[in-house]
Amino acid sequence: MIRTTKFAMGLAAGVVTLLVAGCGGGTPIGGNGDAASAVYVAPGDYDEFYFFTSGGFSGHLGVYGLPSGRLLKQVPIFSQWAENGWGYSEETKAMLETSYGFVPWGDSHHPELSQTDGVIDGRWLFINENNTPRIARIDLTTFETVEIIEIPNSAGNHASPFVTQNTEYTVAATRFSVPTPQADVPIESFKENFSGMLSFVKVADNGRMSIAFQILVPGYNYDLSHSGKGPSHGWSFFTSYNTEQANTLLEVNASQNDKDYIAAVNWMRAEECVANGQGEQWTSNYVHNYFNDQHIAVSDMENGTTVITPATCSDMVYYLPTPKSPHGVNVDPSGLLIVAGGKLAAVVTVHSFTKMIVAIENEDFIGEVEGIPILRYESILAGEVENPGLGPLHTEFDGRGYAYTSAFISSEIVKWSLETFEVVDRIPAYYSIGHLSIPGGDTREPWGKWVIALNKTTKDRYLPTGPELTHSAQLIDISGDKMRLLLEFPTVGEPHYAQALPASLIKDKQVRIYPLDENHHPLATKTEADARVEREGRNVHVYMTTIRTHFVPDNIEGVQVGDSVFFHVTNLEQDWDVPHGFAITGANTSELLLMPGETRTIVWLPTRIGVYPFYCTDFCSALHQEMQGYVRVSPRGSSVPISFNTP
Amino acid sequence: MLRSSRVLIATASILLGLVFVFPLWRIDLKAPQYPEGLGLLIKISDITGVKPYDLQNINGLNHYIGMKAIEPDSIPELRFMPVFVAVMIAAGLLVAGTGNRALLYIWVGVFLIGSVAGLVDFWLWSYDYGHNLDPTAAIKVPGMTYQPPLIGSKKLLNFVATSWPGLGGLAAMVSVGIGSVVAIGEWRRARSGAEATG
Repeated sequence: MIRTTKFAMGLAAGVVTLLVAGCGGGTPIGGNGDAASAVYVAPGDYDEFYFFTSGGFSGHLGVYGLPSGRLLKQVPIFSQWAENGWGYSEETKAMLETSYGFVPWGDSHHPELSQTDGVIDGRWLFINENNTPRIARIDLTTFETVEIIEIPNSAGNHASPFVTQNTEYTVAATRFSVPTPQADVPIESFKENFSGMLSFVKVADNGRMSIAFQILVPGYNYDLSHSGKGPSHGWSFFTSYNTEQANTLLEVNASQNDKDYIAAVNWMRAEECVANGQGEQWTSNYVHNYFNDQHIAVSDMENGTTVITPATCSDMVYYLPTPKSPHGVNVDPSGLLIVAGGKLAAVVTVHSFTKMIVAIENEDFIGEVEGIPILRYESILAGEVENPGLGPLHTEFDGRGYAYTSAFISSEIVKWSLETFEVVDRIPAYYSIGHLSIPGGDTREPWGKWVIALNKTTKDRYLPTGPELTHSAQLIDISGDKMRLLLEFPTVGEPHYAQALPASLIKDKQVRIYPLDENHHPLATKTEADARVEREGRNVHVYMTTIRTHFVPDNIEGVQVGDSVFFHVTNLEQDWDVPHGFAITGANTSELLLMPGETRTIVWLPTRIGVYPFYCTDFCSALHQEMQGYVRVSPRGSSVPISFNTP
Repeated sequence: MLRSSRVLIATASILLGLVFVFPLWRIDLKAPQYPEGLGLLIKISDITGVKPYDLQNINGLNHYIGMKAIEPDSIPELRFMPVFVAVMIAAGLLVAGTGNRALLYIWVGVFLIGSVAGLVDFWLWSYDYGHNLDPTAAIKVPGMTYQPPLIGSKKLLNFVATSWPGLGGLAAMVSVGIGSVVAIGEWRRARSGAEATG
């Protein structure tokens, strides 16, 4: 009854605030010259921050500049990208291999920048794939995906890839509990047979990932995660919902319990148990893809992971009761407060790490599930934030004692004090905000200039584009007492989470060219004199070079219908911003886009006789239109010999 | 020769050693597409880009106007010049050591002739590259040639070429200047000394 009253009051307060905001508190687009100058980056000037947005169902990563909101690049990751041959070229196809075979699409969710001592260090960006559980690593000197590791014994990799304070680990977890290991069982046997898995992926000094250990946990839906920092370093926190363990109509059946759990994982304790041999070796097949030193993606089929259970490794996992179907879990910059966005809860719950440790020492438990002690809610609570908006999801921090929580249903950002747990300001989001992002807002040292709202729907905010409308980001100034909307810009795909870092961290480390001297591709053609065409049975290999403004060779004869023609193209340029493209009529693959000094291969299957042009697709120079050539295709068994021209 | 003259000649000789360390000349090219510029360093025994790959990129661009590729290995002056300069340094030290006035005149004379010859050769070299163009070049602008200036700036199509002596070149100029001033001074002193005694 009391809770209901609070909830109603929260609603009323939310509505009143929205009305007030609507009457001039908000900042109408284009109506504020001050806002315009705050986000104006003059032509030729650089943005202050790089902003990395998940591409959502595009499977990619968006890279924007802040404060301008200008789109700088899309980095292909989990989905094929015909624009540059990602996932089509012979050198990149392996990156999309999984234990299920080649998977051409993925659902990217949470970009996570690497950290040292709890601060963003600009080494790498990790991002998770939800559908076929994977984690990718992007090199921030080339803005290229350099590694993708599959997560075995998992399903719906959503609570990922949040890193520990020194990027010791990036984590993964099961959002959709499944029989683990997989088994042919009735779906109705969920409660007996389904489990969740919390996976810890070790990150080596060179960035290389490996599955360190997996923790088998009760079959709930593990939704989001964040790791501890400072005093809570060594712990990771995972929200869960569906503690009801429903296997159908979850929208109702998984929304019955007043509280679900945050799993608090002492991963240092887990390391001890693994070192003591308390883990079990499972034969888990998974695929690990990475670029080798020839800049060619290779796939290793791995098998075997170490699985530990809370029952065999005590003091490793505890459940923190948390209302209600919590989504985001965020740790404040001090590392002492654990904030949960209970998406059906009337309050935002803040747990105290210090109290949690005391409760564990006092064994202040109210029960146990499969060897996991459940702590007493009242004993670990630091505070509850009243009137946090409807459907609180995620929280970020400004480093000045305030937290910012996104509220999906009431479509707003709510600012509250980490000292008093009182709401001090709120601002509408257009519309249905999911994640929000403050540069460094989940680290020990946020750059608290702005909060960026990441909105799921935009309805009337932009020129309409048929049934499908853009998603959006909104840049909101948080430097003063009142939040102030500065800018709104469309985003590619669905921006789930996003992170930002100061441009100065990585701007001057950008790779401009790949030196030809260091091109170790075994099929590279490093001089025009080495360009050639060779037949091996039904395969024809074209060793081709590009440089402004010609291909060598550019006249090729002797190809026959039914051949497989491998174009191994090397861009001989050693000049920044001079890529060349390669495309040929009727290719069932894609084009190639070759960075200076790079070698890439595309396969062409000629099906008809004739003479077919190929050309450069990237406007490279004044004579770009002249950068073309021909392949003559003769009938199968023709006597036309292989021939080609060189300068 | 005065002691001070001998010290000055020794200094000039040692100063000349800087041409082994610093470039003789520098040509900078700027265009809209190259906001950071491209550049050539003409050194005593090599021609390189200011940045890695600049030479390769300049050659790449020059092929549009039919200019020959600059290939340091095929330029004989780059093999001859270091020997000449090394001999000049050794000879200069010999002049300073012996204090022999006749040797001084010869040294300064050869140095002056060598310097002028070097500059003329450089000018002829750039003239050849700038004028002797492939008639099948893609870009042919009637009446247009592409010789960069010896000193100063000149607009060459979309590029502005700026040419200046490098530290090595300046060192050589100062060295030959010191040599000349000392030689004139010694010559005057010898003449007045001869008059006084004669």
